[in-house]
Amino acid sequence: MFRYFIYLQWKSFFRSANLSKGLALKIVMIFFAIYMLVSFTFLGIGLFFMLEKFFPDADPMVILSQYLVYWIIIELLARYFMQKLPVMDVKPMLLLPVKKSTITHYILGKSGFSFFNLLSMVIFIPFGMVLIAHDYPVANVLIWLLSILGIVMSINYINFIINKSDKIFFGLLLSLLGIYGLEYFNIFSVTQYLGQMFYTLYANPVLTVVPIALALITYFLNYKFLRSRIFLDASLKKEVKTVEASDLSWTKRFGSIAPFLQLDLKLLWRNKRTKTQVFMSLAMIFYGLIFYKMDDFGPTSPMMVFVGIFITGIFLTNFGQFIPAWDSAYYSMMMSQNIPLKKYLESKSGLISVSVVVMFLLSVPYVYFGWQALAINFSCALYNLGVNVPLILFFGSFNKKRIDLDKSAFGNMQGAGAAQFLIMLPIIVLPLLLYIGFKYLVSFEVALMVIGGVGIITFAFRNMLLNYVTKAYRKKKYGMISGFKETNS
Amino acid sequence: MIVAKNLTKQYGGKQVLNIENLEIPKGQSFGLVGNNGAGKTTFFSLLLDLIEPSAGEIINNNVQVNTSEDWKPFTSSFIDETFLIGYLTPEEYFNFIGELRGQNKADVNALLSRFEDFFHGEILEQNKYLRDLSKGNQKKVGIVASFIGNPEVVILDEPFANLDPTTQIRLKGIIKDLANTQGVTVLVSSHDLIHVTEVCERIVVLNKGEIVRDIETSTETLQELESFFAG
Repeated sequence: MFRYFIYLQWKSFFRSANLSKGLALKIVMIFFAIYMLVSFTFLGIGLFFMLEKFFPDADPMVILSQYLVYWIIIELLARYFMQKLPVMDVKPMLLLPVKKSTITHYILGKSGFSFFNLLSMVIFIPFGMVLIAHDYPVANVLIWLLSILGIVMSINYINFIINKSDKIFFGLLLSLLGIYGLEYFNIFSVTQYLGQMFYTLYANPVLTVVPIALALITYFLNYKFLRSRIFLDASLKKEVKTVEASDLSWTKRFGSIAPFLQLDLKLLWRNKRTKTQVFMSLAMIFYGLIFYKMDDFGPTSPMMVFVGIFITGIFLTNFGQFIPAWDSAYYSMMMSQNIPLKKYLESKSGLISVSVVVMFLLSVPYVYFGWQALAINFSCALYNLGVNVPLILFFGSFNKKRIDLDKSAFGNMQGAGAAQFLIMLPIIVLPLLLYIGFKYLVSFEVALMVIGGVGIITFAFRNMLLNYVTKAYRKKKYGMISGFKETNS
Repeated sequence: MIVAKNLTKQYGGKQVLNIENLEIPKGQSFGLVGNNGAGKTTFFSLLLDLIEPSAGEIINNNVQVNTSEDWKPFTSSFIDETFLIGYLTPEEYFNFIGELRGQNKADVNALLSRFEDFFHGEILEQNKYLRDLSKGNQKKVGIVASFIGNPEVVILDEPFANLDPTTQIRLKGIIKDLANTQGVTVLVSSHDLIHVTEVCERIVVLNKGEIVRDIETSTETLQELESFFAG
């Protein structure tokens, strides 16, 4: 039986729409996966030496044990977003003469081989090898790795028990912050105690039964839960959400684009993929912290212009690059309804422009790192408003790939094509070149004025530019309609 | 009202539609029947400018549909669920369509109140998104939405499929009323010969993209159609 399941799995992987996508994207994805694996392996190898360097007086194994709790919580948090039990795949199996217990074991067993589990083991196994090379007792290390495997599997199955509960997610988040906070302010060292606990796992190989038992218990709990639910009306049914209605009448003041604006706001708020996009964009405001703190660059380095364009334009690129694919599910309706194409585009451009302003306002506190930061972000925001908004809309006319709104945004390449990678270039490189040119030829202030000025001037011509963009959309209309209909592309 | 001239559509050299001349006068209820692949949906998609004709043209009320967008204000349609916006509630969807067609909330509500028995208490005030409604209920929403804004041309692709018997009967009444008393040109396609003969004044049979029958509906029509399709 399992042989058939594996055969089907193999088929579904190699015949999946994702894999048969453009060759370029495929290669990028494979490289990315290999890159992740290789860098995690090196992290595993290097971990021992890093710990030795940073904590010269301590046994790296003790230190690692102390940090294991962070790893467990962070791993659970990450999996909350990215890993889901693939229960929907078994729907066609229900009618066939296959035992439900077999199906359940298959689903759960399969998840044991997920990429996440692999990633963890790719860190710990090389770390263990380095330990052995440093004359740690071989038996202890090997059995410790077995314990780690038990913990990884426990995390794997606990994640499904948590099953996307927001409460537990925030609980985990709070406990992570709490543990770190207690540690940071020297109030109470949780890691000290938990570290001892994890170290005992290594020192006392017999205890390896604990994590393994935990893995088995969580597996069994999952099994019991899932087995009782393999019915069409229980867990296999899509969740029906009740409506979160909100009053959007304030959009009326935007005049004739109001209905589209309302639609876009609902689009953003009521769909998983767009919602995560919004949160990710907002979180990106912290991106600046990494760069502003680095002294190597200096406050007027071109790097800061990159940061400025990136921060104020993060929603612009994230959301804008997939216009009009966000509406792909009902694009033929939009095209046959009484909708002037230009109004549709104006509404999108309005929404993106607001996001640029919001991101700029959020970035104002960076003035702490010097007035230059504020000045750069301001002129970058102007540039984004004037040039990049119509530019991204124009690039949108090349979109032909459908987007399913219900799927999460993490690692979701749906709708992406070569064009999506290319558009990043003019959006970021163009203002950078402008800045570098004028900064070194004239001065920092002039360079900023040029960037901002270009933004203002193009903004004045926005109506003309939008007309041009509208024409591009009209020309590509039939291609978009038929492209958006291909569910499997 | 609608004129198609020398209209052809080809996909990779294969002809899927070829209509030399078809005229549909204003206020007619027009039925299109044919087997799978006969070209019904292709014709409707051409009429809505969702696909490009390989040759020829369609003129809707003196507007050539693939060169001007001026047919949109008086033409409405429901082809399939891709005409619905899944993350809206039925009410929001109706109001959105209403705004596109220059109707305010009160106008839309007045229209919806006429369809209460059609909705059968399963559409309005359910606090559900369209994506979570059953296929049949989604269809009801799409069909009623196509009546918003007093359109002069209504295009419905397979409106009877997926509907329960009660709703089918009610829909037939609605379509007849639209054409007979309100002068709306209604274009309907269907696999179900009984429904079409009951509803439509005129029935055109498509076979492999060509018009093979053009019948004024009478008492013998159903028999004639059945004998044609029996082969």
